Amino acid sequence: MKTLFDISKAGAKALFIDSSILSATSYRLDPKLLRSQPARLPQVAENELARHYTALSKRAFGVDDGFYPLGSCTMKYNPKVSEKIASLEGFAGIHPAQSESDTQGILQIMYQLQDMLSALCGMDKFTLMPSAGAHGEYTSLQMIRAYHLERGDTKRAKIIVPDSAHGTNPASTAMAGFTAVNIPSKDGMVDLQALQQVVGEDTAGLMLTNPNTLGLFEKDILQISSIVHGAGGLLYYDGANLNAIVGNIRPGDMGFDIVHLNLHKTFSTPHGGGGPGSGPVGCKQLLAPYLPVSNVACKDGQYYFADPEKSIGRVKMYYGNIGVCLKAWAYIAMLGTEGLKDASLMAVLNANYMLAKLKDKFKVVSDKCMHEFVLSLQELKEKTGVSALDFAKAMIDEGMHPPTMYFPQIVKEALMIEPTETESKETLDKAIASILKLYEQAFAQPESMHLAPRTTPIGRPDEVLAARNPILAYEFDSPLEGQ
Amino acid sequence: MVKFTPHLPQDIAQMLQAIGIEKLTDLYDGLEQFLNRSNITIAGKSMQTVEQEARNASLANKVYPSIFRGAGSYNHYIPPLVDNLSARSEFLTAYTPYQAEMSQGILQAIFEYQTMITELCGMQVANASHYDGAAAFAEALLALRKRGKDKILLSSALHPMAAKVIETYLNPLNVKVEYIDCSNGKTDIEDLAAKLEGASAVGIAQPNYFGCIEDADSIGKLLAEKGVGYVMSIYPISASLLKTPYECNAQIAVGEGQPLGIPMSFGGPYLGFMATTKQNVRLLPGRIVGKTKDNKGQDAYVLTMQAREQHIRREKASSSICSNQAHCALRAAIYMATAGKQGIQEVAKVCYAGAHFLADKICKIPTFQLKYNTEFFNEFVITSSIDTKKIEKALAEKGILSGLPLNSQDMLYCVTEQNSAKQIQELIAYLKEVAK
Amino acid sequence: MALLYAKTHEWYDKASGKIGISEYAANALVDIVFVDLPEVGTMLAAGDSFATLESVKAVSDIYSPVSGEIVEVNEALRDAPELINEDPEQTWFVAIKAETEATGLMDKAAYEAYCASNPEA
Repeated sequence: MKTLFDISKAGAKALFIDSSILSATSYRLDPKLLRSQPARLPQVAENELARHYTALSKRAFGVDDGFYPLGSCTMKYNPKVSEKIASLEGFAGIHPAQSESDTQGILQIMYQLQDMLSALCGMDKFTLMPSAGAHGEYTSLQMIRAYHLERGDTKRAKIIVPDSAHGTNPASTAMAGFTAVNIPSKDGMVDLQALQQVVGEDTAGLMLTNPNTLGLFEKDILQISSIVHGAGGLLYYDGANLNAIVGNIRPGDMGFDIVHLNLHKTFSTPHGGGGPGSGPVGCKQLLAPYLPVSNVACKDGQYYFADPEKSIGRVKMYYGNIGVCLKAWAYIAMLGTEGLKDASLMAVLNANYMLAKLKDKFKVVSDKCMHEFVLSLQELKEKTGVSALDFAKAMIDEGMHPPTMYFPQIVKEALMIEPTETESKETLDKAIASILKLYEQAFAQPESMHLAPRTTPIGRPDEVLAARNPILAYEFDSPLEGQ
Repeated sequence: MVKFTPHLPQDIAQMLQAIGIEKLTDLYDGLEQFLNRSNITIAGKSMQTVEQEARNASLANKVYPSIFRGAGSYNHYIPPLVDNLSARSEFLTAYTPYQAEMSQGILQAIFEYQTMITELCGMQVANASHYDGAAAFAEALLALRKRGKDKILLSSALHPMAAKVIETYLNPLNVKVEYIDCSNGKTDIEDLAAKLEGASAVGIAQPNYFGCIEDADSIGKLLAEKGVGYVMSIYPISASLLKTPYECNAQIAVGEGQPLGIPMSFGGPYLGFMATTKQNVRLLPGRIVGKTKDNKGQDAYVLTMQAREQHIRREKASSSICSNQAHCALRAAIYMATAGKQGIQEVAKVCYAGAHFLADKICKIPTFQLKYNTEFFNEFVITSSIDTKKIEKALAEKGILSGLPLNSQDMLYCVTEQNSAKQIQELIAYLKEVAK
Repeated sequence: MALLYAKTHEWYDKASGKIGISEYAANALVDIVFVDLPEVGTMLAAGDSFATLESVKAVSDIYSPVSGEIVEVNEALRDAPELINEDPEQTWFVAIKAETEATGLMDKAAYEAYCASNPEA
């Protein structure tokens, strides 16, 4: 398909603004300040742009297109009413530096969302500032660091991370000035003995997601909490898997001191092709003074910004991904506690149903799960040569998005399936039938699966070439002047 | 209460049977001690009610028809193509394009976005977005850290919030921030030169917080001579006219992309952009789209150089960024494509002219004067003896969002192409009244 | 060259001080797309990681079998990391001026036996 630069025609115009001031006045920048060559943005007429992006959209696949069982991503349906709300002029058209009296409406919603999330998580205070889950992790780790330092506890340089954890956990740890210590899992769960051996005076905390990345609930969580707290560390909850329990179980009741949430997962805001998300952080009172600036407070029915007394500082310009927060607010307001309980229960039901139908053919970690489960295709690969990657690519030809591949790293040839609660039994049955069909196909015609996908605009891309010889921008005939 | 779960009782019955359990609550078997411990209920309301409540809340916010405030969030004209095309559900409800074969549309859109950002920055490569301009700025400065040089210099003419974000990011890594003085609204090069010892990198904004145009190229020459890293944070609209970060010898260009077709939306979601030279590509955090061939020799786009990122490098990654601001980048791409090479320059020229026209007119009103005798782009600081809160209030009553009060005397004004001649005239008229 | 091999799959040539990776390791990594090389003059302790190799989906650390100073770096690898896959036993990463004796290294036969009995390593 042609790029914008291929269809660009000098003189084509799509933006029509009032520029009469240019002929009415002679204010111009001194030529000495100007760049030597204009930016070579394309020149395309409006109708051609409409066709270009429409064509691009037909080479994409969203939740509205089909089944999207990406483990750990919670690709549930995105309610359209949330889009409508976020685009209301009274939200989209307000400047962040307007006075508090000018913006009581949005401040009220932010305050309500802070409260809703606190209630759902069993936390005392929430911040809406972080832009994504990893940003929330980073913010939380800075808070944990500040907490220990303020108490004069300068030895706590280590954060414990299970080997099944998402890569953002250790990466955020390093950014926050800590050293990540990996502990191995035992049968997919936190190994209590290993944990006991690793905790000590240098433990700042443990990062955990529950259920874990295998979709299993860490039943020993209270013991884990006890071990970590006993050593003087704090317990951090990675909220990526909250969809298994939201409304039914609160992280605060499991011993967690601080949590981050993914509004673009559990709370149904759209993924947008990779973002924007939102990663609010909630904490118990002991960490509240360290929350980043700014928080929304309320007094006598008036909403205002308040800065926590010992804040770690600022992690974002202005107040957070407000447009995303609005959508999460609407979702929670519509579902309420009852609806959220139903949602997480149905999420777990859907996952267990699929697992029940697939566990005889594939190797599984456990025959019951929470909201997601992991299949290992190692045995299939040994017998047929068909890998998890091949299988996933063949699933594309069956009209669905593949599951998460090769994560968590502790399972070989892993496919992690999270159906979410918004899928009907019919959709699940169809997906199950496709997967079982592909299983048979792996034995009967393994070659066909090495060639998958075949129904997409392109076949498998050469990723080695892409990494060895990166072409990261359109190659114009000549470089920009000066280069 | 709204439900998005489509299960009917007979579905549930069949599913329970297939799983081999009797009732739904068996799904939480063994977790009884954690269940239902909360005594706080959030009432679930109808979709209609929630929409109404949202609308009421939105009406409790004051939307100004006439906006003369910038300071990191800009009221630019958003062509209708941006909302319309970006709202397509294939773009909006899609995941990150890790499955390249079924995501060529999104990957190509990002590739085109990266290209347009590199062109604005005068650079060669760009990433697929960061959380916002401030986070991009912080991570770019961290990327240029040198062993043994634990100091970063920042212009004191940065947006105060951006400076605070940078400080927060540097703090746990024991990197010091030192501020360079300003004189007459611009970063003082002499002070910069005096403070270079032990510094890894310097951060400058172009234009700066006060709207003033910095001597970014002179700064670049000095830093190149001294071997100190240079990050330039640019305003994407003025970037279409001013000397590029590449031309100013910056290693990394960053900026806030909100002016490119993203609504002000009370501060977010916005868009951090980052660009650099091919040689320095590995300094960029986050996702990057590359072009390659597929197994049939066709052009294909793919997320590339992933081995830099957190899901592979883990604690050795330079950044933990995973989800970025992809959909905002899509909006920005559609904006840049709609404005095009000529259009974005036109917008920039109109902003410049409008701001200078307004500044000249304001300076003719008694007690008001330009605080800095320095060339500016589309923002400028007016100082006067009249209390800025009084000015703000008086203008608000007329439906005008005034410049941002910086203190009791100084006000930071912004003019964009959205400010019509009539709006400007009205502002002048009301300021004259306030001045009486 | 009489190469000696480490359990972490590097080979070491005492005479030249050169370090590379074994064919076994190169094959396991499949296509190498990038090598992060250190600077000449870097001081290493035995067991330190001095370079990383990137394939499309993974990253590997390369460890030094000896302590010493890096005196030479194979610049060709910056633009052509695929050389490692093409001829791993001839493609060196760095040359080190060793200050210690290498310990725990195996000759080719012992290394091959080690790999055969430890496929996970």
